[in-house]
Amino acid sequence: MKLGTMTIAAIMAAAPAMADLVFPSLSYRTGPYAAGGIPFADGYADYFTLLNERDGGIGGIPTRVLECETGYNTEKGVECYESTKGEGSLVYQPLSTGITYQLIPKTAADGIPMHTMGYGRTSAANGEVFNNIFNYPANYWDGASIAVNYLLSENDGDLSGKTIALVYHNSAYGKEPIRTLEELSAKHGFELSQLAVDHPGQEQKSQWLQIRRERPDYVLMWGWGVMNQVAIQEAANIRFPMENFIGNWWAGSENDVLPVGEAATGYKALAMHNVGADFPIFEDIQQYVVDTGNAAGAGDQIGTILYNRGLYAAMLAAEAARTAQEIHGVADITPAMMRDGMEALVIDEAKMQELGMPNFGPEFSVSCENHGGSGQGKVQQWDAAAGEWTIITDWITSDKSVIQPLIEEDSAAYAAENNITPGCSES
Amino acid sequence: MLYREAGDFKTSYTADSQTFPIKFDRTAYWLLLIAAAVVLPFLVNDYWANAFLVPFLIYAIAAIGLNILTGYCGQVSLGTGGFMAVGAYASYKLMTAFPWLDMVTITILSGFITAAVGVLFGLPSLRIKGFYLAVATLAAQFFLVWMFNRVGWFYNYSASGQINAPERAIFGINVTGPNTEAWAQYLFCLLFVVAVAWVARNLTRGAVGRQWMAIRDMDIAAEIIGVNPLRAKLSAFAVSSFFIGISGALFFTVYLGAVEVGEVYGITKSFLVLFMIIIGGLGSIFGSFAGAAFLVMLPVLLKLIGVDVLGWPTDIVAHLNLVIVGALIVFFLVKEPHGLAAFWGVTKEKLRIWPFPH
Repeated sequence: MKLGTMTIAAIMAAAPAMADLVFPSLSYRTGPYAAGGIPFADGYADYFTLLNERDGGIGGIPTRVLECETGYNTEKGVECYESTKGEGSLVYQPLSTGITYQLIPKTAADGIPMHTMGYGRTSAANGEVFNNIFNYPANYWDGASIAVNYLLSENDGDLSGKTIALVYHNSAYGKEPIRTLEELSAKHGFELSQLAVDHPGQEQKSQWLQIRRERPDYVLMWGWGVMNQVAIQEAANIRFPMENFIGNWWAGSENDVLPVGEAATGYKALAMHNVGADFPIFEDIQQYVVDTGNAAGAGDQIGTILYNRGLYAAMLAAEAARTAQEIHGVADITPAMMRDGMEALVIDEAKMQELGMPNFGPEFSVSCENHGGSGQGKVQQWDAAAGEWTIITDWITSDKSVIQPLIEEDSAAYAAENNITPGCSES
Repeated sequence: MLYREAGDFKTSYTADSQTFPIKFDRTAYWLLLIAAAVVLPFLVNDYWANAFLVPFLIYAIAAIGLNILTGYCGQVSLGTGGFMAVGAYASYKLMTAFPWLDMVTITILSGFITAAVGVLFGLPSLRIKGFYLAVATLAAQFFLVWMFNRVGWFYNYSASGQINAPERAIFGINVTGPNTEAWAQYLFCLLFVVAVAWVARNLTRGAVGRQWMAIRDMDIAAEIIGVNPLRAKLSAFAVSSFFIGISGALFFTVYLGAVEVGEVYGITKSFLVLFMIIIGGLGSIFGSFAGAAFLVMLPVLLKLIGVDVLGWPTDIVAHLNLVIVGALIVFFLVKEPHGLAAFWGVTKEKLRIWPFPH
């Protein structure tokens, strides 16, 4: 107890009094999902370091990344949230669907926005119910639909009679796309079979035996962490044609395919942003972050898929903060102002060009009714010989006619459960 | 020094067999209780409640529950996580099906439902023991988690399989949901902890507790002297699961608010609670609290010191955390195999006779 008091006193003393923009990073550099957590956290931190070193922060106010280790564990996530929320945290990005579900009501009560980029609760796209939750530029249901649309284009627009197997992480995260895929299977006439893989996903022999027996035309995967590599290895073992195996955007990083070696060539995955380090911003990162010795982590992740995603998430957060500063005319913004900034965020090609990230992500704008962005994605393919991912399609738009009613339905259920009257919040 | 027992005489059996026979202990206990119930609620903030106090109290209930089964009755169980999940899902179903029910009733009913499930999974204990029983309860753990993940009825067919605790209030004060005040959350858990510890203490020193201990020490001898093993073992399973169910329910409703069964109530939870009672002390109520405090608060404290005070990278601190907590567990168990409760017992003996050790 005494030690605790001392600690608290020490924290009080250590907290700087000057104004800064705090971006908490609930990262996981340890535990079964660390391979995905590290590059994302590095990218997120490096972008803010770049802003500080190059521009002196956002709108003249330095940024501060407050990192807290969750280990993908919800209890530690709670501890991290409680310990960081008092420091003026502007936006939370937990990178875990489990922690997201936990924080949705808490952040609403505390008035802090949360951005779950391509994960979390899909129906949060309805901003009238989820005032302070954002999941632009695309969500799981978009992902499911993008994958199906891609397959439609591969099959001349007809999937009837085909079978698609979904291999999913048996958790809230993995279950999210099922409802959409069921709707899409009814609409397009393909047969959907579901194969659950339990946490952490190291044991998938029986699932892949089933795939070998049933011989589905395509396999979709909603995986994360070690589950991805195991699945790709098992697919290689049963000689499943890799080009018919499509992961979602959390199942498409270098970590997932490298352990499988040559056999992984041809594996496809969805992408919500572009790949590689061939963007002007990486020169700035080299100059201002790496060469000054401020790179986060080991500094060996730059340019990998998940590093780019962390970078992208940080860019969207920084742009939202900039937007908030413009709206309110205040440089030192509060979480409530940040929320307004996120809701008014517009990302177009000119802006991405200006930031040194031309054509990095889709063009989209956020509004009170739509917190979900454009819902676009690309498909990327792995080439083991070259050791790189290549984007093989242009932006594919999801089938909103299927997804929108589902979002309405699920968010209405949440509103009813929690006595929320849908409506745009006053600002 | 601390203890001055001169003049502390016992003149009746009741006085002699009370829980805290030494006056100093008794005073300390009441002072602690007053501090916990009256003073702390005014001091506690969101961080202290959510990072330290609430998880500590809830884990203490679970540890008391498991201690009754394993520590007092000698039946090793690895199903704690699964039984906590039963408590959580029972409370969720009750909260959503009967929105007018108050949280105390819901929590207690969840305890009873878990007790029923616990008795069911306790039936094999009549035929198998030791490691074999541990494996049977392990099956319960995996089966229950699988069932809650698989059967949509348990999570009201939500898209993601998550359960979310709706907002509920007692006397107009929220105890669940995001708008709950830290002190309300804390006091609600404290209420259950005090009640559970009181019941457990009195059960274990009465006839039922003696039957459990007789079964634990030698089941054949116990049977010969007239202890009914069926009743003793199943009552241990029932009482233990009742407490574990309450802790599982509180864990979901008050502490986390949203739960994904495989992640929160997985096998690691079973091991964590088992480690708590092994480190704290098997067959000791104090040990359950000590073990829970050790394993809940120490990692957070280490994190605070490492990250916030020393400013080390978060991943290094997380790894060091495992090393330090692991090393301390090994150290404690080498120095005192009977856990922190025995360690405290020895310390107390020394303190009582100090400064004249002979």
